[in-house]
Amino acid sequence: MTEAATKANGSSPPPETMAWDSRSRRVVMVYVPLACFVLILLFPFYWMTITAFKPNAELYDYKRYNPFWIGSPTLDHLYMLLFETAYPRWLWTTMLVAVCATVLSLVSSTLAAYAIQRLRFRGSGYVGLAIYLAYLVPPSILFIPLATMVFQLGLFDTPFALILTYPTFLIPFCTWLLIGYFKSIPYELEECALMDGATRLQILRRITLPLAVPGLISAGIFSFTLSWNEFIYALAFIQSSENKTVPVAILTELVTGDVYQWGALMAGSLLGSLPVALFYSFFVDYYVSSLTGAVKE
Amino acid sequence: MADVSIRQARKSYGSTKVLHGVDVSIGDGEFVVLVGPSGCGKSTLLRMIAGLENITEGEIAIGGKVVNTVPPKDRDIAMVFQNYALYPHMTVRENMAFSMMLAKAPADVIEAEVQRAAKILGLDVLLDRYPRQLSGGQRQRVAMGRAIVRDPQVFLFDEPLSNLDAKLRVQMRSEIKELHQRLKVTTVYVTHDQIEAMTMADQIVVMNGGRIEQSGAPLDLYDTPANLFVAGFIGSPAMNLLSGRVRDGAFHADGGAVMPLPPGAPPTATTYGIRPEHLRLDDAGIAASIIVVEPTGSETQVSLNIGETHLLGAFRERVMGRHGDTLMISPDLDLVHLFGPDGRRL
Ligand SMILES: Nc1ncnc2c1ncn2[C@@H]1O[C@H](COP(=O)(O)OP(=O)(O)O)[C@@H](O)[C@H]1O
Ligand SMILES: [Mg+2]
Repeated sequence: MTEAATKANGSSPPPETMAWDSRSRRVVMVYVPLACFVLILLFPFYWMTITAFKPNAELYDYKRYNPFWIGSPTLDHLYMLLFETAYPRWLWTTMLVAVCATVLSLVSSTLAAYAIQRLRFRGSGYVGLAIYLAYLVPPSILFIPLATMVFQLGLFDTPFALILTYPTFLIPFCTWLLIGYFKSIPYELEECALMDGATRLQILRRITLPLAVPGLISAGIFSFTLSWNEFIYALAFIQSSENKTVPVAILTELVTGDVYQWGALMAGSLLGSLPVALFYSFFVDYYVSSLTGAVKE
Repeated sequence: MADVSIRQARKSYGSTKVLHGVDVSIGDGEFVVLVGPSGCGKSTLLRMIAGLENITEGEIAIGGKVVNTVPPKDRDIAMVFQNYALYPHMTVRENMAFSMMLAKAPADVIEAEVQRAAKILGLDVLLDRYPRQLSGGQRQRVAMGRAIVRDPQVFLFDEPLSNLDAKLRVQMRSEIKELHQRLKVTTVYVTHDQIEAMTMADQIVVMNGGRIEQSGAPLDLYDTPANLFVAGFIGSPAMNLLSGRVRDGAFHADGGAVMPLPPGAPPTATTYGIRPEHLRLDDAGIAASIIVVEPTGSETQVSLNIGETHLLGAFRERVMGRHGDTLMISPDLDLVHLFGPDGRRL
């Protein structure tokens, strides 16, 4: 009742004389800065898009053609990418690796975060700390020992090499994100469920996880994006052209000697960023609410 | 339904001792209120009964069976939490059905039980709402509904009314009491509000600093408080407690007041207690000077000084007077409480 009342109050239009004043202030304070940000952030994306559809003649001659526009758009680069390289295969591998690594990391870090935050076993604080420290070791150092392990296990040059190594940086990150999220769910709810006769697993499945969905989604988005864009491990652990992931493949396969096939490169990047962009757009609301720590009653 | 007995229960968190040996025995169907200032260990004791905290030492038995190592779900107990702890992602119906669903009861039995509880509490029309769409009082009722549905041996309440506004609190207070009279389930109710305790309890257990100060029927505690703590805690407005000593058959308070004693009063008394409502207007009494007069309509509370000794009086009569005026009062000698140097009643 009161909520509805305040809402109605808040959205009631201000007096006529105020309207102009507040609108022009909104333009200066909000929209102009916002427009600047959007322009700067979207420009690379725009550049990528026009480069992908420009014929080579326009691409290499800024004097006669406007570099910010396309004179006669072409699908040549896209055609070459899709039919003259293994791009669809790369895309498929990347998708497979990202999805598997994400699922694996989410499951493990949910269990780890729940145990650390809720079960309070002896030394749980140290386990939490150790996981965090693992996150601080940079991949550029970690890939050397990992390479040995990948070789020994016979995983070199297979998608498993990536599916199993990505969680080394995904799990610590997701675990910490989820610890924070579980912390925001009142413990009383679980005690109440305990008295209602639920087991630990039932509590996790029926109470905690449904309430942690926004946290799980943002951990998922993070993991997916990081796996999708990962470069060092993918470069080190994969050799054959057809097993490569998109970020590595377009750099190693589309740069022949010192010739950059800019059109195809950009077309590859464009196609490669579409899945992530789609993924974000579906879940952006959850993502924001979990990052700002909004806990619904 | 069952009786609950707590024998020499102790609780410590590491080296911090929270409960120092507590004995309570609760009869079948009784409504017991644990009352005491914040931090005295009431919730801890309640959670030990529920099985949410383990028992460091001592025993808790429900229905004659020691439950020290029995997990909460097997104790057949329902608890209403201070913040209600309603599951936010479930409707009222689902909230109430949750425990039965876990127990794998048939759907029609669940629905019938939910309807029964909803009818008792007037929740019929709210069954498909989510907790966030309910008012404070409605949430409170859902929390109770969830407890009723389970038809438990014992109800536990942990300060269930502290989040409600004053008016709703009074209303819910009598609803809970009425519910108890109807269902006759053994109930343990925790509060820091002595009025709640007085109005609701069959038996009050007054706790302080992890110990029980006194337990008994509300009016027994009011009439014969066992010690200074209970004397000061039970009753509103609080009892006047004057320190001083007995000399020449009267009590000489530190501030200079000389109070009459009942015949045969022990000479070792060091505290003189008289409730504000047991002071009478009496032309032959002691002269006191008025500080403030506060009429409430049904009675008049007057803040008084006798010499330097401060007293509060509550009179049925409408006292007229202003700061500095003199009022003649005398204590009702049958209702004077005397306490020794150890704080115990003499
Ligand atoms: N988990 C805990 N660890 C340490 N001390 C605690 C814990 N829970 C409660 N306490 C202490 O026990 C005492 C009693 O707490 P509690 O039972 O909640 O009091 P109340 O009577 O207000 O309900 C308090 O002093 C509190 O600080
Ligand atoms: Mg408490």
